[in-house]
Amino acid sequence: MADAMLETIGLSRRFGGLAAVQDVSLAIERGVVHAIVGPNGAGKTTLINLLSGDLKPSAGMVRYKGRDITAWPAHKVAHLGIGRSYQKTNIFRDHSAFENCRLAAQARLPGAFDMLRPARSRADVLSRARQALEQCGLADRAQRRAVDMSYGEQRQLELAMLLASEPELLLLDEPLAGMGPEESARVIDLLKRLAATHTLVMIEHDMDAVFAVAERITVMVNGSVLASDTPAAIRANKAVQEAYLGEAVS
Amino acid sequence: MPSYSRVTLVLLALGFAALALFPLVGETFYIRFFTKIMIYALFAMSLDLLVGYAGLVSLGHAAFFGVATYTVAGFIDKLGIADGFLILPAALAVAAICAAVIGWISIRTTGVYFIMITLALAQMLYYFFNDQLYWGGTDGMNISAKPLLALGGFTLVDLSNRVQFYYTALACLVTAFVMLSVLLRSPFGHALVGIRANEGRMRSLGYDVQRYKLVAFVVAGALAGLAGFLESSRATFATPAYLGWHESGHALMIVILGGMGTLYGPILGAFVLLLMEDYFATLTERWLLIEGLFVMAVALLMPEGLAGLPRRIAALRRRAPENGDG
Amino acid sequence: MSYFLIQTLNGVQYGFLLFLVASGLTLIFGIMGVINLAHGAFYMVGAYLAWWLAEKTGSLFLAVLMALPVTVLLGLVIERFGIRYLYKRDHLYQVLFTYGLILVLNEAQRVLFGNDVHGVPAPAWLAGTIRLSEAQTYPVYRLFISVTCVGVAAALYLLIQRTRLGMVIRAGATHRDMVAALGFDIARLFMIVFGLGAALAAFAGMIAAPANTVYPGMGDQILILSFVVVVIGGIGSIKGAFAGAMLVGVADTFGRVLLPQGAGVTVYAVMALVLLWRPQGLFGRTA
Repeated sequence: MADAMLETIGLSRRFGGLAAVQDVSLAIERGVVHAIVGPNGAGKTTLINLLSGDLKPSAGMVRYKGRDITAWPAHKVAHLGIGRSYQKTNIFRDHSAFENCRLAAQARLPGAFDMLRPARSRADVLSRARQALEQCGLADRAQRRAVDMSYGEQRQLELAMLLASEPELLLLDEPLAGMGPEESARVIDLLKRLAATHTLVMIEHDMDAVFAVAERITVMVNGSVLASDTPAAIRANKAVQEAYLGEAVS
Repeated sequence: MPSYSRVTLVLLALGFAALALFPLVGETFYIRFFTKIMIYALFAMSLDLLVGYAGLVSLGHAAFFGVATYTVAGFIDKLGIADGFLILPAALAVAAICAAVIGWISIRTTGVYFIMITLALAQMLYYFFNDQLYWGGTDGMNISAKPLLALGGFTLVDLSNRVQFYYTALACLVTAFVMLSVLLRSPFGHALVGIRANEGRMRSLGYDVQRYKLVAFVVAGALAGLAGFLESSRATFATPAYLGWHESGHALMIVILGGMGTLYGPILGAFVLLLMEDYFATLTERWLLIEGLFVMAVALLMPEGLAGLPRRIAALRRRAPENGDG
Repeated sequence: MSYFLIQTLNGVQYGFLLFLVASGLTLIFGIMGVINLAHGAFYMVGAYLAWWLAEKTGSLFLAVLMALPVTVLLGLVIERFGIRYLYKRDHLYQVLFTYGLILVLNEAQRVLFGNDVHGVPAPAWLAGTIRLSEAQTYPVYRLFISVTCVGVAAALYLLIQRTRLGMVIRAGATHRDMVAALGFDIARLFMIVFGLGAALAAFAGMIAAPANTVYPGMGDQILILSFVVVVIGGIGSIKGAFAGAMLVGVADTFGRVLLPQGAGVTVYAVMALVLLWRPQGLFGRTA
């Protein structure tokens, strides 16, 4: 476990009487694409929210690069280089695609609190935003208002914002949700390229995509980890087949 | 993010130029009256930073305006210090400190909670002055002199001269306008607008949302303090009513009437509302009745205020032919 | 000791009145998502109607019977022709609209009833006092206020917990779409809630009139204190409104007695302390 980049120990979160996430201990290794799968209501998104600081755990610990970051607020987590995307598109609807990415790029750079210089004069921010849009195939959509973009484009913008903030570790909540086959293929391609330089944690329902990119798969059921292993081992796992893959594949 | 169109910029320049030339031709009454209007425009503009940009609907903004008036009163009539170069920074500091404390408590909350808490905490300051006989209680205090703006015995600005006071108010208004424009164009300003649009996403991008809000709240409080300094110097008194929630409501009316999120909207709003109040008052003693109805109508029918009217009219024009076809 | 008792009784009685006003405010916000600054004005309207009608009819009870429907109607009209158009709009516009409404109602009161402060005599059979000790007495009417408020609070509780309307109100606060899907007319529900809220505030004003006085601007103070109550209790929570009202009633009463120079400040200081401890209020849902 020496090379675990992000680690949870006995992580739990209850909502009233419901244990959404229960005693989850995971190690995300550096440079790995780690997929989290499981049926709806398994607690996957809650887990991501706990990792990103959007939610505070009821019990347990989160460690990033050996540092205890349990219950850190989301903005501090982001500054460590942990970025996230949302399942439900979460963008600045009235801003242009470019402005969306510019805000994202500005967040972690020094001078985000600058009150004097014009925001649009920051060359470093602008080039980051432009790059992120290009990477996600949105270069020609830069000036379009987010709300006027197609659903698939908005999903890509969601990713572009994430990239613009240049995180080391990406928490992706169903990056392919609602995308057409072409867009999906492009994003899978992008994820593969990102995998070379980043650590990825992704929730995804598209099993083809999961097995295409993931090097490690964690299966969650009812808030707990059922299995966490290599794709091959997960495929062969009897319990997983019964509990989840059985119904999903057939 | 004020990126004004060329037309707006030209109109703004003309507007400020007209204000600069006005004392050359205006009657005494209107020079005094416009001075007051500009002070209230400045006050409302500081509220616009919160309401129109940061999305913080504060119903307690008058508290910062009011504590500044009492700071002036305190320096001149309690301490016997009339040096404006001491009083002005002190008034700004007192307003900023009050804003920091009230902001610190209230920005933990959002929406309707925030509205109620800012109102309640401002009301606490109101009662503080209202209940203390030391501060003159409900009647407030008369201020026996105007702050002295002099360097080495040489008077720079004589605030008891109505024309000089007029230009002082105008200079403060223009300075605040430019300052806020710069602020809103900066990364900080863009972040504020982002926070209003989608607070959760800003947080997950790495913005310390609370800190941005608090700084905006303090900046707005300090500017309200500047307006309070000017107002008490103009009226030469300080009363609890300056801190009261009707004063906050009044400022909110100006902001929305003029058009929030524009900075110049509040200037427009202040001129229109105060001139209108002046006119209503000549019609009937019960002019607040008319004003109330007017405000209700604005809330229902003119959400973008006067500044949004050109856009609305243009939109109506564009729609009209379509309707004709259908 | 009995001095302490009297102040406590006064505080509790004030708390009950605040509860009636604040419960309407919190219901209107919790269910309709509307912030209503004019809520205190309903209290004022109730008090003035009670005074005026009691003077005309010679009976406070008759006055209350006649005034209640009037205030409900006022509430319904305001909802139907104003508030209804602001549900989907930012709170800012609700604030502005209801602020304008305050100006109108306050001025209308001045036009109709003038600027004077009026006292309202308590009904003869409630006008006496109870002897608490050798030297101290307590007015029966104040006890009557408390008892009446307990009755209204109980009725409100039963209405919300035990009736079909109450069930819809409870569901409406959290699952608006669900209520609509069940075939209940949301627009009508909102009108009922707004009317109910207005009636509660106005009723508080009516029964408080003999104990306090009737004066211009009386709605403002009760509104702001009700805000404090709602903030302390947690927005949308009736239970919270009750706890907050008691806390504010008692704190305000003792503040006035013990700290005459800081009387107005006490309540707000209590609120600030509660907020530092629980930003969402005592019974508020955690964000």
